[in-house]
Amino acid sequence: MAQKQPKNPEKHSTYIPKEKKSTKPFHKTPMLDQLESGPWPSFVTGLKRLAHNNNMMVDLLGQLEHSYTTRKGYWKGGTVSVFGYGGGIIPRFTELMGSDGKAMFPEAKEFHTLRVQPPAGNHYTTKMLRQLSDSWNKWGSGLIAFHGQTGNIMFIGTTSENTQHFFDEINEYGWDLGGAGPCVRTAMSCVGAARCEQSCANEQKIHRTLVNNFIDDMHRPALPYKFKFKVSGCPNDCMNSIQRADFSVIGTWRDDMKVDQKEVKAFIKGKSRKYVIDNVVNRCPTKALSLNDDDTLDVDNRNCVRCMHCINVMTKALKPGDDKGITLLIGGKRTLKIGDTFGTVIVPFMKLETDEDYERIREIAANTIDFWAENGLEHERCGEMIERIGLVNFLEGIGLEVDPNMITQPRTSSYVRMDEWDQEAEKWNQRKQKAAG
Amino acid sequence: MAEAPKMRPPIESGCPDGFQYMHPLMIRNYGNWAYHDRPRPGVLHHVSKSGDEIWTVRVGTQRQLGPYEINLLCDIIDKYGEGYVRFTIRSNMEIMVSSRDKVGPLVKAFEEAGYPVGGTGNSVTMISHTQGWLHCDIPGTDAAGVVKALMDDLHEEFIKEDMPNRVHITTSCCQINCGGQGDIAINIQHTKPPKINHDLVANVCERPSVVARCPVAAIRPAMVNGKPSLEVDEKKCICCGACFPPCPPMQINDPEHSKLAVWVGGKNSNARSKPMFHKLVAAGIPNNPPRWPEAGAIVKKILRVYKEDAKDWERVGDWVERIGWPRFFELTELPFTKFHIDNWRGSRASLNASAHIRF
Repeated sequence: MAQKQPKNPEKHSTYIPKEKKSTKPFHKTPMLDQLESGPWPSFVTGLKRLAHNNNMMVDLLGQLEHSYTTRKGYWKGGTVSVFGYGGGIIPRFTELMGSDGKAMFPEAKEFHTLRVQPPAGNHYTTKMLRQLSDSWNKWGSGLIAFHGQTGNIMFIGTTSENTQHFFDEINEYGWDLGGAGPCVRTAMSCVGAARCEQSCANEQKIHRTLVNNFIDDMHRPALPYKFKFKVSGCPNDCMNSIQRADFSVIGTWRDDMKVDQKEVKAFIKGKSRKYVIDNVVNRCPTKALSLNDDDTLDVDNRNCVRCMHCINVMTKALKPGDDKGITLLIGGKRTLKIGDTFGTVIVPFMKLETDEDYERIREIAANTIDFWAENGLEHERCGEMIERIGLVNFLEGIGLEVDPNMITQPRTSSYVRMDEWDQEAEKWNQRKQKAAG
Repeated sequence: MAEAPKMRPPIESGCPDGFQYMHPLMIRNYGNWAYHDRPRPGVLHHVSKSGDEIWTVRVGTQRQLGPYEINLLCDIIDKYGEGYVRFTIRSNMEIMVSSRDKVGPLVKAFEEAGYPVGGTGNSVTMISHTQGWLHCDIPGTDAAGVVKALMDDLHEEFIKEDMPNRVHITTSCCQINCGGQGDIAINIQHTKPPKINHDLVANVCERPSVVARCPVAAIRPAMVNGKPSLEVDEKKCICCGACFPPCPPMQINDPEHSKLAVWVGGKNSNARSKPMFHKLVAAGIPNNPPRWPEAGAIVKKILRVYKEDAKDWERVGDWVERIGWPRFFELTELPFTKFHIDNWRGSRASLNASAHIRF
């Protein structure tokens, strides 16, 4: 692929240092070399720059090239942690041994990763990025992934001994390890209220309220399996929380969405009436929108499901309402073991404004983790446990009432025993009366 | 008796306060934004109810960054930006500035340093991926290499906004699928049962938990060559690799038989339709480093057809729901096989229980 010559080759993603500070000669890497061309910044060039600095990365490139050649991975896990913690580090030891029984790439024979929790929304100053990079360059390979799929900053590649030194250094200036193993994991939140008008929640506060309350369950893995919190400020769910979080918090609103009719008209003028009919009105999943003859928009708010589509298209004219809160869903995860599960609604709406509101969400999370820790099988995610025992048993276990928002439809099978129907119907009537005041 | 070295107890500070690293305009207007627009691909413009404005430049990275890249990018941000940066869920950097005038020079500086500006709106944004051969203990393939090869090919789609809607691609190096749901997902799919090293099983594996890990109950304890080990009923085995992490002597990865599969139509957002899982469309694709051209060709073909055939705002999953799966296979020229018909629990819901047929 033809590439333009960089204007300043010293300050470019393709730059390779002239001086080699590492003492070990480079391994030949004909496979990896082929990933240095092309317009996207090359991680291989990055690894090579690091190999100019340290012998660990010289040998890491050797092992990686070996994987590319044989199409196999060569890392095994183990047990490494820092003093006082049981998790947060992904230990890696090489499995590539020569005929003499010694590591083929000895400088990278220990290549552990530290998982470190970023702030909600992944905000940094350049000063802090440089400081973290300096610390890691001192105690590790220098290679950092922003970020891993769970949401951690991944400090990739160091020895067992240096994991402690690195942790001690960054822990002093405000950074803590995330989760690894059967424990509460590092959480993720969208940019949210910090820069997005669609946010209906205080992601920063929710994120830290939830995760920092379970910090012991993060650092000392003792749960059936992993447990992930994710917070998205609106139903666009940019954090993929419904699919990827055991405990998904999604901002929403329950009053009418806001329509600025002047901006609706301006949008139609800019785009055309057909565009709005095709891309806004007709794409509403519950047919809750109607365009009037005078180019104003009617919204059937009682049938709006807060999907966000029209608001995404008409960012100036349409907005979420004022009575904001959150929806809680539980049990999202991928494939293993029973197949994919989405998170499902356990709290259709709750306000998150007062200290009591935040205490309530903390309590729901604590009840969930406690019930699952008690009833989950080994290596069974919370959603899989719910699949096994049924949603109603789970709700009773954590003290939540049933709600028709929790289902897409009532059961179709008559194979169920219902001798307590009257009592259950009475509960519903009483809740309805209470809600009506 | 020698005194044990004194260890430093950890400060269990947990998740740090994000406000200390946030752009001052974000703090001042927290929860008070009014609307946004996109002046050009790769740039967002948010306006607050207070009248404050903030511009964001989105930059693609290689995700794994060393001190050279971090300092290079931070030098640019300090010189042309205001010292504040955040990362998206797909490893793009976002640089926030308080004035429109700063956007042009910032974009130019990143492009001159070899970092693409884009990934916003209806683009193909950065591929979310995992560690692969670089660091994982169970990978069937590499992650960063697949992504680099594909993003080289999709570079134009990253820096433009020419797709019907946003396209999120993911890759995963085993069937655990750490890369997550994607409009298009490229995942390892093993096709042969694990090869067991019976000499090691007894010492390395906790046998009952390995037995319990199997989704189809195909593993049972057995004595092999006088040693306690495990055996696999290869007729039942679905080659998922679930036994491999708890029992490394049950090697599932195979240079020849660990293939790639392509899935489409995953969507996490609630916009329009409810969230959707991705669905299998192609398998048996060779795991072919260093550039995986066969997998790349299928992804590019699907993208080409989607771009031509989908309507505005349709994600890949929305588009296929409208045109139907027979048309999808027709347009993409991918073979439809018996393996596309689900037989896992709940599979009846994926069958066509109607007379709705497109001709």
